[in-house]
Amino acid sequence: MSLQVENLTVYYQTLKGDVHALEGASFGIVDGEIMGLAGESGCGKTTFGQSLIFLHPPMKLVKGRVTLDNVELPIGDMERMNDFRFKKISIVPQYAMNAMNPTRKIGKMTAELLMSRNVDFQTLLPELKRRLDLVKLSYDVLNMYPIELSGGMKQRMVMVLSTLLNPSLLIADEITSALDVSSQKAVAEMLVEFRNKGYCKSVIVITHDISVLYEIADTILIMYAGQLAEKASSDIIMFAPLHPYTKMLISTLPEVGVRYADKRLTGIPGGPPLLLNPPVGCRFRERCPLAFEKCIEAPPFIETGKNHFVACWKAGA
Amino acid sequence: MRRYFERKLFIYILTFVLAVTIDWLIPRFMPGNPIQILISRAGLKAESAKLLYSYYMRAFGLDVPVWRQYLNFWIALFHGDFGISIWLFPQPVIQIIMRAVPFDVLLLLPAILLSWLAGNKFGAYAARSKWLDNTISPLGYILTATPYMWLGIMLGWLFGVILHVLPFSGAYSYSMMPSFSWAFVGSLLQHWILPFASLFLVMFGGWAIGMRNMIIYELEADYSHYLEALGAPRKLVRNYAFRNALLPQITGLALQLGVIVGGALVTEIVFSYPGIGYLTLQAIQNHDFFLLQGCFLFVIIGVLLANFAIDIAYVLLDPRTRAGMQGEG
Repeated sequence: MSLQVENLTVYYQTLKGDVHALEGASFGIVDGEIMGLAGESGCGKTTFGQSLIFLHPPMKLVKGRVTLDNVELPIGDMERMNDFRFKKISIVPQYAMNAMNPTRKIGKMTAELLMSRNVDFQTLLPELKRRLDLVKLSYDVLNMYPIELSGGMKQRMVMVLSTLLNPSLLIADEITSALDVSSQKAVAEMLVEFRNKGYCKSVIVITHDISVLYEIADTILIMYAGQLAEKASSDIIMFAPLHPYTKMLISTLPEVGVRYADKRLTGIPGGPPLLLNPPVGCRFRERCPLAFEKCIEAPPFIETGKNHFVACWKAGA
Repeated sequence: MRRYFERKLFIYILTFVLAVTIDWLIPRFMPGNPIQILISRAGLKAESAKLLYSYYMRAFGLDVPVWRQYLNFWIALFHGDFGISIWLFPQPVIQIIMRAVPFDVLLLLPAILLSWLAGNKFGAYAARSKWLDNTISPLGYILTATPYMWLGIMLGWLFGVILHVLPFSGAYSYSMMPSFSWAFVGSLLQHWILPFASLFLVMFGGWAIGMRNMIIYELEADYSHYLEALGAPRKLVRNYAFRNALLPQITGLALQLGVIVGGALVTEIVFSYPGIGYLTLQAIQNHDFFLLQGCFLFVIIGVLLANFAIDIAYVLLDPRTRAGMQGEG
C-alpha cells in the first residue's frame, strides 16, 4: 500500500462553527494506482487533497492517520510536514494557472525553490529538460515569465515542476477543468505517462468530470457531502456501481449513440446538504430513492466485493 | 518597445499642455487685481497711481487680450522666462523659486526616502508576527491619519515652547546669513529636525500600513500557497511576497518624489520653512500670478518626470508591463 488513510476528519473553522468538510475517510491506494476522486462541487474533494499536503488554517485536523510508504505523515504539523512536501508528496493545485510567481522567470523560480529544499538545480537540469520535451514545452519557457505562457502551457509547466523530485504521491486537483477538450485529453494522457515513467508512484486525480477519470484512472472514489460513498475500479464504478448516489451520478452522463432529443438527460433532484450542520446518518438520505429507517445511522465504508468499498446499508445486502 | 515610449511621451506632452493651461488659468480666476495691490502698497496719489497702473499693466503684459496673454505665456515659457514676481517685485520668479528649492530637497528628500525605507521594513515585520501587527498597525493608522500641520504644531509646541530644546521657525537662525560655516550648518540641522520629524512620522505610518496590507495580500496569493505546499521555507515565500508587494510602493514613492519641488505646504507654513510650499502661500496671499504659476509649474514638471521614471522602472521591475508592451506593439 502506497497511501493509507484512516478515519481522516478535517473541519473548516468558521465564525458560525465547524464546517464538516471531510468526515471519517478511510481507504488505501496501492503503488502505481491512479485514483480518481469525484463528486459534486463542495463535497470535500479539494479539502481532502489539500489536507494530505498542506493542511493550513482555517482547515483543522480533527482526527485521523495518514501513512505514505509505511511512514506516518505529520499532516497536522505545518513545519514537520515540510520534509515530506515536494519530495514524497506533491500537488498540482487547482489554481495551477496562477501557481507561479508572476515576477520571476520560471527557471529562476524553479532553481530558487529547489535550492531552498537543498536540491541542486544544475544536476537536475538535464532531467528537467527531458520532462519539458515530454510535455512538449520548449526549454525557452525557463527563461520566460509565467505571463508569457498560455494557460495550457502553465498547467503543463506546473505538472513538470511538481513532479520534479519523483514524489510517491501526486495530487492533481482539477488539472483538466480549465482546459478545452483536446488539451484535456493531452494533459490527462501526460499524467498517465508520468506515472508510467515513474515520475510519481501513485496519483490522486481530483475532478468533477467523471468521463476524464474513466479514461485515465485505475480506480475511482466517489465522495458525497464530505464522506466517502464508493470506491472501486473504474469499470465497476462506470458499469456496476452499488451506491445509489454513484448510480445516479453515472446516469447523468450522456451516452454515445443515445439521442437525447428523444430521452432527456436527468440530473439528481435536490442538492447536497450544508456541511455546517450535516444531517446525522447517511448524508445522502434526503435525496436517496432507496432510503429506509436504518439510514438514520451512518453506514460504514465496507468492502462488499474485492477492492469494492461502499457506504450504503442497501449495497451489502 | 519604441511604440510604447512614443505613446507614453505623447500622453505626457498632452498632459503637460493641459496642466500648464490650467496652471495659467487658476491665478486669473482668483478674485482681486494684483497690480492694484502692488500700487496700493506704494501709497501714491490717485493721479500718479493711475499712470503707474497703466505702466505696470503693460510691463506685466496684462493689457493685451486674454488669448494673447495665453500665447505670450507659452512663448515666454519656451524661453525659460517665468515672469517677474509681484510680491517680491522686481525679482524674477525663477530666482525666487531656485532659492527655495534647496530647502525643499533638504527637507523632503530625506523625509520621503527614510520614511519609505523604514515604513516598508516595519510594515513587512508587522505582517510577520501577531505581536508586531498589534503594535505597529494601530500606530501606523494613527500616524497616517494625523494631519501634518497638527503633528507639526504639537511637535513645535512640545520641543520648542515647553522643552526649549529645538527651534521651530525658519530654516536657520534669523540672526545668521547663509554661509559654509559649522555654525550655520548646525543651525540648519537644528531647524530641520522638527519639520522633518513631522513629515517622517506621518509618511511612515502610511508606508507601513500599505506594506503590511500588500504583504498579507501577497502571502494569500496562489503562488505563495503553491510554494508552501511544496515545502518552500518561509524565507523564500516571504521574499517573493515582499518583492511583489514592493511594486505598488515604488509607484507611491515616485509620486511622492515628484512633488518634492512642490514642497510640503502646510508643514512649511507651520514652521515658516522657506520652501516652495511657503512661497505658494505667499503668492496666493499677494495675488502674485507669476510666482504662483511658477510654483505650480514646478509641481507639474516634477510629477510628470516622476511618472515617467516609474514607467521606465516598471518596465525593468515587472515583467507583466513588458508583456503588455508587446501586446500594444
